[in-house]
Amino acid sequence: MRIAIASGKGGAGKTTLTASLHRVWPRSHVLADTDVEAPNLHLFLHPQVEHTEVVSIVVPMAVEAAACTLCGKCRSICHFGAIARFGQKMTLFPDMCHACGGCFSVCGSNALVKGQRTLGTIELGHLADGTSYVSGTTRIGEVMTPPVLRRLLAELDTMAENSTDVLLDSPPGVSCPAVTVARNVNAVLLVVDPTPFGMADFRIAWEAFRTLGLPLAVIINRADMPGNTGGDAAVAAFCQDHALPLIGAVPFSREAAKWVAQGGLIADMGPQWHTLFARMANDILFTFGEMGHA
Amino acid sequence: MPDAKTEIHEIVVISGKGGTGKTSLVAAFAALAQNTVFCDLDVDVPDLHIILRPVDRMSTPFMGGNKASIRSDACITCGQCHEICHFDAIKWQDGTFFIDPALCEGCGVCVALCPQLAIDFPEAHCGVWHISDTRFGPMVHAALVPGQENSGRLVSVLKREARALAKREGFTTILCDGSPGIGCPVISSLAGATLAVVVTEPSISGLHDLERVAGVCRHFRVPVGVVINRWDLNPEGTTDMENACQKAGYAIFGRVPFDAAMAHATAQGLAATETDAPLGHTIKKIWQTIVTFRPAASATLRPFIPAAQTPLD
Repeated sequence: MRIAIASGKGGAGKTTLTASLHRVWPRSHVLADTDVEAPNLHLFLHPQVEHTEVVSIVVPMAVEAAACTLCGKCRSICHFGAIARFGQKMTLFPDMCHACGGCFSVCGSNALVKGQRTLGTIELGHLADGTSYVSGTTRIGEVMTPPVLRRLLAELDTMAENSTDVLLDSPPGVSCPAVTVARNVNAVLLVVDPTPFGMADFRIAWEAFRTLGLPLAVIINRADMPGNTGGDAAVAAFCQDHALPLIGAVPFSREAAKWVAQGGLIADMGPQWHTLFARMANDILFTFGEMGHA
Repeated sequence: MPDAKTEIHEIVVISGKGGTGKTSLVAAFAALAQNTVFCDLDVDVPDLHIILRPVDRMSTPFMGGNKASIRSDACITCGQCHEICHFDAIKWQDGTFFIDPALCEGCGVCVALCPQLAIDFPEAHCGVWHISDTRFGPMVHAALVPGQENSGRLVSVLKREARALAKREGFTTILCDGSPGIGCPVISSLAGATLAVVVTEPSISGLHDLERVAGVCRHFRVPVGVVINRWDLNPEGTTDMENACQKAGYAIFGRVPFDAAMAHATAQGLAATETDAPLGHTIKKIWQTIVTFRPAASATLRPFIPAAQTPLD
């Protein structure tokens, strides 16, 4: 079963939860960090990266002035503003290109020189306990995130049989990166920050993910936070009203916040924490198993 | 550099890592800001309205790019579009071609090259943007239809509208709440910004993502200043982080402690600086540092990150 650990709001605790669930997960599994803009899972799990692949796209990089007839077809077909005409010269903006290949298709005189733009990398490796690990990292300044993600997900298909469990640490939000991940899993576990902001983003996430027809379930992170009166109850009420299984809650703890800030796994903080996550892992598998068969 | 007479000071608050407290701080700054337009650029999951409580002046639908769609009655199933699509968006099923809108990049190549002109290219309705009034000043914000794309384009629309409003009504500053990450919406947020305020936290994730998001600011030559939120959860980490910032040439605007007063204010729908919590004084000092900050001239001369293009063999 492939489970995306997702959230509307950033910083809800996706990575913290993924790392601790890995520690207690009762079955063999693969870990994937799909937050390619800000990947952090490696900071907690220290994978040994054995292989790095560069993800790139083919873009027009230069115009052969001698061959170019200035017909302007490449400029007309480009919807991304990557080709302009200044005087007697076509000018390229390769950073704007989405690699649709339209300009190459319409250029009758082969005047466009192909080049590669690096979008990011895919890292493949293992944790010390043998768990397979894959992550993606976008290049700084790069706008095209989805191709890195799609490559990561394709890599996952070759690494893990359909029957193998995969825990995917997802990007925040509900736009293209998060939805791309959710479309490639069997179930989505929503981590909810029970603050007014977290609650608002949870509603949006529920709206977006429920259209995918996947089993959804909820975990509250930082329950019983000082000052946040009524926050947990609001999340629980929403879950009840919308028939969303509320699997459990990780209580707020200043010690846990400190521990995580320094790279620790909450499941390692003591036996009571370990038990909390072990039960949670069991309940996640049971809940999604039941929902999948329903 | 920002000059009230000639240029609008455009401050964008970002973080790399999510959940570091951008929105709570922007709301707290908003209650202190003079002559400022507020802008929520986290169009994916906007939250600033929860504290600012905007009252709508004007709402406009956002048409976000085009999606190709095959008219099956005109399609002769020649398969040319299927071959030419670089995004694997054209699928073959039960004897017809159709386009998966989730994979369509909106490049229009199939539309232009279909020999039967059988592919339509309608604009998609992706959300709504608003100009509103709040108790602190005008606000420009939006809501995407959940799961919709093109957030980068919507961010550009909001920035354009915020600038137009500021010019029209004589505001000197635009304060923007940004989104997490370092991709398309964040890069759109930084276009034309005069200052990026990175709100981070003294954790290994916070530091890692601060480096990445500050790298994006450098790439686009936007000066960077840093606020360390919840600093007392990791005092040693805070010192290390400040040293790292100093070395990199990022201004340090201040430290905000972990204080239940923040959550308490938010739960009441207030900015922390509207309550009498001592935390408000700390934030006030930070805001004064931010608005009076003028980056060194050299800061705008940082080199670009080396180009990512290489020739194809």
